[in-house]
Amino acid sequence: MSDGAGTLLRTPLHERHRELGAKLVPFAGYEMPVQYTSIIEEHRTVRTAVGLFDLSHMGEIEVRGDEAVAFLRYALVSDPGALTIGQAQYSMACQDDGGIIDDLICYRLDDDRFWVVCNASNRAAVMAQLQELLARGDFGATIDDRSERTALVAPQGPNAAALLAELTDLDLDAIGNYRSAPGVVAGVDCLVARTGYTGEDGFELFCDAKRAVAVWRAVSDAGERHGLRPCGLGARDTLRLEAGMPLYGNELTRDTNPFEVNLGRVVKLEKGEFVGRAALQAIQRAGPARKLIGLEMREHAIPRAGYPVRAEGREVGHVTSGTLSPTLGTKIAMALVPAELAGIGNAFEVVVRDRPYRAEQVKLPFYKRPRD
Amino acid sequence: MSYPDDLRYSKEHEWVRVEDSRATIGITSFAAEELGDIVFVELPEIGADVSQFATFGVVESVKAVSDLYAPVSGTVVEVNEALRDAPELMNSDPFGEGWIARVELSDRGELDTLMDGEAYAAETA
Repeated sequence: MSDGAGTLLRTPLHERHRELGAKLVPFAGYEMPVQYTSIIEEHRTVRTAVGLFDLSHMGEIEVRGDEAVAFLRYALVSDPGALTIGQAQYSMACQDDGGIIDDLICYRLDDDRFWVVCNASNRAAVMAQLQELLARGDFGATIDDRSERTALVAPQGPNAAALLAELTDLDLDAIGNYRSAPGVVAGVDCLVARTGYTGEDGFELFCDAKRAVAVWRAVSDAGERHGLRPCGLGARDTLRLEAGMPLYGNELTRDTNPFEVNLGRVVKLEKGEFVGRAALQAIQRAGPARKLIGLEMREHAIPRAGYPVRAEGREVGHVTSGTLSPTLGTKIAMALVPAELAGIGNAFEVVVRDRPYRAEQVKLPFYKRPRD
Repeated sequence: MSYPDDLRYSKEHEWVRVEDSRATIGITSFAAEELGDIVFVELPEIGADVSQFATFGVVESVKAVSDLYAPVSGTVVEVNEALRDAPELMNSDPFGEGWIARVELSDRGELDTLMDGEAYAAETA
């Protein structure tokens, strides 16, 4: 069962994961917990209480300088210049042809300082793209890849705010969704962000890698009263899929563009020149050729990434992600199909082990958290 | 980890319990643990012929799809219908309620190619 794990990177919380009995798997060059006890139990814990994730593998790239705004407006499809200090936005870096290099979150920390938090698997690609663009445009900005110095601990779920309030003097009510603030959590300097990838309320705590264990332990200990469990990447995947959130490598690739995957709203065509603008404008005008849709199976088979999707007996696309939904109990998938075939209630078939099974297009997201 | 002595085990982590000419087949606790939460099982059809070490069904956990490999050859005479609604029995009781199928053995000699509990424990250590 060993698979060259010796060559994998480890997060500062690796020893904790071992002590907790996590099942560790290779993920994006890191040895990461896929589950501690049960993906289904961990998933339910995030929906009903609070789950704690180690996301220290993710990339944190700091962009700083007088022209940081101009640079990021050019490098990303969104408009980071519209962010106030403490605000964050979901964004993407695209190629000249509009294909997606990575999806990421851009946090504005100061007038001239931003963090770009990207997928671990794409960190090198994002860094290469930013470096090339920085040189191409001669922008007055610097890029610093802080990923290996930075840990990320994420309490996610309806009890996350009450739990975190016990460990910090920050006014968490003032940190709304997609906002962040620097503060001290359990004696450790953190960037406290109200962001996540689970479809629930929750926080992402960025801190110095050397202090990660202290933050993890403090949150775990305080979390006992709040029903906390450590959660692995397995639950993270089913949580984000229920919430209709795309995953790079599945829904998002260099061969897909933001408009196909229902993320056209992220692209700010009117902001001026940026990488991919001409191609994305043409796609927006013509309308995307494909569309990412939600499917719910009407027969007993579980859809999985890569399975063919048929309409009227003809193969028309493929499943990008699929699972048995732990919250809903239904078998759900996201799939890329020709745009003209998309419509809520439309009939499709998913081919599972050479046999077609009936599926119906349903609205995305599959799951939306109850709000008060 | 120790495994029941009255069973025989394959390298693909299936077990066999032989009673007269029939063999009950399931997956081991080791396999169930490795798979994680089992959420779906595709059972063989009654009357189907299965061959030793060939696929005879599919088991799916939350994350992964895995083939089931028959530890012995024979004809399927019974399947565990309870698994259709409660595949998690394969996690909670892999050597009991979580059994998968019963086959009429076609070659008892194949049993000699399988491991006993001690050998399987060494295999999975």
